Amino acid sequence: MSVKQISIFIENKKGKLAQATKFIASHDINLRALSIADTQDFGILRIICEDPDKANEVLREGGFLTTITKVLAAPISDKPGSLASILEVLSESNVMVEYTYAFLSGKHGAYMILRVDDNQMAAAALAGAGIKTVDQSDLF
Amino acid sequence: MANYFQPEIECASLEEMRAIQNEKLVKQVKHVYENVEYYRNLMDEKGVKPEDIQSIDDLHKLPFLTKADLRDAYPYGLLGADLKDCVRIHSTSGTTGRRVVAFYTQNDIDMWDDCCARAITAAGGTNEDVCQVAYGYGLFTGGFGLNGGSQKVGCLTLPMSSGNTERQIQFMQDLHSTIICCTPSYAAYMGETVKEMGLKPEDLDLKAGIFGAEPWTEEMRRDIEKSLGIKAYDIYGLTESTGPGVAFECEEQTGMHINEDHFLAEIIDPETGEVLPEGAKGELVFTNLDKEGFPLLRYRTRDICILSRKKCSCGRTLIKMAKPMGRSDDMMIIRGVNVFPSQIETVLLKEGYTSNYLIEVDRVNNTDTLDVSVELAPEQFTDTMKDLAAKEKALANAMKIMLGVNPKVHLVAPKTITRSEGKAVRVIDRRKLHD
Repeated sequence: MSVKQISIFIENKKGKLAQATKFIASHDINLRALSIADTQDFGILRIICEDPDKANEVLREGGFLTTITKVLAAPISDKPGSLASILEVLSESNVMVEYTYAFLSGKHGAYMILRVDDNQMAAAALAGAGIKTVDQSDLF
Repeated sequence: MANYFQPEIECASLEEMRAIQNEKLVKQVKHVYENVEYYRNLMDEKGVKPEDIQSIDDLHKLPFLTKADLRDAYPYGLLGADLKDCVRIHSTSGTTGRRVVAFYTQNDIDMWDDCCARAITAAGGTNEDVCQVAYGYGLFTGGFGLNGGSQKVGCLTLPMSSGNTERQIQFMQDLHSTIICCTPSYAAYMGETVKEMGLKPEDLDLKAGIFGAEPWTEEMRRDIEKSLGIKAYDIYGLTESTGPGVAFECEEQTGMHINEDHFLAEIIDPETGEVLPEGAKGELVFTNLDKEGFPLLRYRTRDICILSRKKCSCGRTLIKMAKPMGRSDDMMIIRGVNVFPSQIETVLLKEGYTSNYLIEVDRVNNTDTLDVSVELAPEQFTDTMKDLAAKEKALANAMKIMLGVNPKVHLVAPKTITRSEGKAVRVIDRRKLHD
C-alpha cells in the first residue's frame, strides 16, 4: 500500500512558492498534506492530493517541473513514542528513510508520510508490527 | 585508398610548402601594396615596405586587419582587383551590424572550388557520388562553395539549398544521395525528421556529411552520425577568406587541415598581438596568399584555436587547426583564467543538460565570481534534495575541470532563462572594470 506524492521544483525566489500554491488552488486541487524542503537555490514542494495523476498533468501543463513519487502513509496515534516506534521498526528492517513529514486528517487522525528506499519491505515490516499503511483513497 | 584531390599540395613536404608560401606571400604583399590603398596606408603607418617581406618569416612585420577595418573600408576599400575582373560577391549575414562584402575573380572561384573539392575528396567523395548541398545558396558562401567543390570532384550535385526538409529526404531517397553538406544543426534536424517520417538510417544511401558554418560539439557529431548513418566531417571557413574550405577534416576527425598553400595561418595573443608558437592557444589570423578580389593580409578571425603540425594518419601534411574554442570577443578573464561560454556549453551538453544557460560574472571583495544558471529538464528532476544537490556538484566539478575556474552552479526550472530572437544573451558581466 502506498500513496502518490507530487514533488514540485520551486526556485528560491520571492513569490515562487505563492505562485505555485495559487496555481494549485485555482485548479481545484485539494491538498491533504504538504512539506517543503529547501536549499539556498531551490526548494521542493511535496504534496499529497486527491487525484494525483490528474493534478500532476495540470501542473505540468501549467509549466511546473514535477515528479510523482510513491511514499508510505502510516497512521500514528496521539501518544509519546509512536513516531519512534515506527522508525525503530524500519531501522530494524534496514530500511533507509529519506525524509518524513506528518499531517492531520480530520476524520482519520494523524499520519506520517515516509519516503523510504524500499516501499514493499517497509510496508511489510510495519504490517508485521501492527501498523497498516494506507492507500490514497483512505486519506480522503 | 588515397582520398586526395591534389596530393602534390596536400602531402607536400614542409620545405615544399614553405617554398610555395614564400613565393606567393612576397608576390601578394607587393600586389596589395600597389593596389589596395587602405592596406598601403596601414603598412606606411607601420613603416613596412613590400621589400621588407622576403619570406613567411617576415609575416609578423605586417599590420593586422580587423573586422573594424572591413567595416571602415566598406564596400570597395579592400578590393584587390578591377571590378571588371570580379565575377561574384558574397556577404556575411551582418547580424552584429558588421556586414562584410567580399569580391571574387574567376581565379578566386577556381581556387575556392579546389579547396572545397579537397574537403569533399577527404570525406570519400568521388565522381561516383551524389552530393546534396543543403547549405543556403545566395550571398551566404555555404551553398555556392560546396556546390563548386562538388562539381569539381565530379559528383552529381543536387543544389537543394536549405529548408523543405521532407523534400530533402525524399530526394535523398529517390536520387540516392551519398554525401550531404549543410550546417550541423540542420543535419541534426534532418536526422530527427528521418525518424519522424518512419525511416531508418539504412533506408538512405548517405555515407558522409560535411558540416560547418557554426560551432558544434563532439556529442552533436555522434548524434548526427547515428541518426543519418554517416561519418560527419567538419569544415571551416569565413567569408573574409573565401567561404567554407579554408580548412577541412580528414577521416582521423582530430582537427581540420588548413589549405595553407592559399591561407597562411598564425596564432597570436589576442591581447598583445604577439605571434605564439605552434601548439599555443590564441587567436587565429589568416593571410590570403593568392586571392585577387579581396586579398586580406593578416586578418584577425577572432576565433580562438590551436595549430598543430603533428603527423596525421591520413598522410596529409597540411597544418591542422583544432575546432575553434570560442571567439576572442566572447572571452572572459575570470580570476586570471580565460573562459569561453562555448566551454561551458560543451560541458552542459556532455552532462545531458540543454544549452539554455546564463553566465553571470561579478566581483565581490576583489574576487571574481562565476555563477552559471542551468535549466533542469523534466526527466532530470528528482524528488530528493540530495540527488539534486549531487547534480549541481557534479556539474560544477565538470566545469571546473574544463575551465580551470570553480563556478557556482544553480539549477533552475525549465523555460525560466529568457529566450531571445536571434543571438542569445548568455553572459552578464557586472564587474565594473573599465571606469
